[in-house]
Amino acid sequence: MNIHRVVVTGLGAVSGTGLNVESNWHSLLAGISGVKRVSESDYPDEVETIPFPVTILGKPKNFLLEEELLSARESGRYDLFIHYALKAAQEALAHGELLDLNKSPYERSRMGVILGVGMGGFPFIEKQYRELLKKSRPKTNPFFITSVIPNMAPGLISMRFGLEGANFAVSSACASSGHAILNAFQLIQLGQQDVILAGGSEAVFTKLTTSGFATIKALSTRDVDPEQASCPFDRDRDGFVMGEGSGILLLENRESAIKRGAKILAEIVSVGLSSDAYHVTAPHPDGKGAINSMKQALEIAKIPPEEVDYINAHGTSTPIGDKIESQAIKTVFGKHAYELNISSTKSMTGHLLGAAAGLESVICVKSLLTQSIAPTINLKNPDPECDLNYTPNTMAKKSIKYAMNNSFGFGGTNTSILFKSADA
Amino acid sequence: MQLQEQVIKLVAETTKLDTNNIKVQSHFIDDLHLDSLDMVELMMKMEDEFGLEIPEKDAEKLKTINDVIGFIQTHKK
Repeated sequence: MNIHRVVVTGLGAVSGTGLNVESNWHSLLAGISGVKRVSESDYPDEVETIPFPVTILGKPKNFLLEEELLSARESGRYDLFIHYALKAAQEALAHGELLDLNKSPYERSRMGVILGVGMGGFPFIEKQYRELLKKSRPKTNPFFITSVIPNMAPGLISMRFGLEGANFAVSSACASSGHAILNAFQLIQLGQQDVILAGGSEAVFTKLTTSGFATIKALSTRDVDPEQASCPFDRDRDGFVMGEGSGILLLENRESAIKRGAKILAEIVSVGLSSDAYHVTAPHPDGKGAINSMKQALEIAKIPPEEVDYINAHGTSTPIGDKIESQAIKTVFGKHAYELNISSTKSMTGHLLGAAAGLESVICVKSLLTQSIAPTINLKNPDPECDLNYTPNTMAKKSIKYAMNNSFGFGGTNTSILFKSADA
Repeated sequence: MQLQEQVIKLVAETTKLDTNNIKVQSHFIDDLHLDSLDMVELMMKMEDEFGLEIPEKDAEKLKTINDVIGFIQTHKK
């Protein structure tokens, strides 16, 4: 069977560090954090009886979707993660010059959307539930269900842009977008689809969700400025900072992309995956899951570990996670672990949960295009057990041929996406 | 406020349409281009605003703003 090569021909991103790919990349390279203080008044729909357990968030600033994507009437009908997804999808399609399908050589039924969504429409679910409790009859806003289900993000995108191919959401907590990209990659490899918008979207900063994460001590709560809270691999790290937004790649069959004159931004060569089979939140102490995921990516790609120049780490700034990931990288890459560059851009964007791998894949492609690596900021006192080169605090220029993106989720689910430079 | 004004204002708020484009003869589907979900939302807002119930079989027959005004006048307590 013919395995088609898969390339990236467009990028879209919305996050705390920028409302589009360029502004994101600019901030990230400059080491500027998008994590800011939020206040109760920013969330007027929330319950007033209890406070937020944390008031820092990597939130897209002044984000407003254009009328043509969601009209004033439609805007209130879809939860925030859907808004972010629409914006990033439009950017990726425009970037790849496939916004006008009349000019596209592809059949619409062979153009799809697959997005990772870890949690979905929690804000609207909570709001509707509170509304229901005030009523005497079992009726909700008629748009409730369709505003919160995870697959409404790919659904709305297909409606807006006329994409009639694969359409679904993938869920694996913080690895969701990694698996979404994997699914898209394989559908194109097999020749079942030609083009797929793949990545993820998430926006679940609510009192319920943050309370849930805070209760299990997953969130950073130490008293520092918001911009300094996320400090992956640092001795003082104490949990992740939540982020929200969307990151989407336009993936395409390489042959047909070249034929239509598309600019090839990068190639996806493999996606490794695994399960820790250990604990609901903690990674396996031997880093088995991370090791297997990274190893599998290398094996499928048939490249030796020494060829990887950059790893965009999962690096959530949790005490255990960062340590285990570092250990796993050493196991897989041996001596080379000390030569390659690693960085956790979560130090600036926060953790986008289900959308993390999507945004960080966009970042990997930008790294390959510009041969530059965004830093891990707030790395002031490296943990002695995390002694690799995490590109601390300042960006690095480096010759990068292969870049890997790790994403590990609750439940022990892991993905490692391997990208290759278009010029390689 | 007159009932007519009230109803038109409510339709405008719910649908985000301009009040100038909403007439008493306006047909929800043909003129205002509302779909089935829009209609469910509108009927619910009417029920809440005017404190009455609009059963399914009655709601189906309300095709224009005038129809709604008529229904409310007949059923309002």
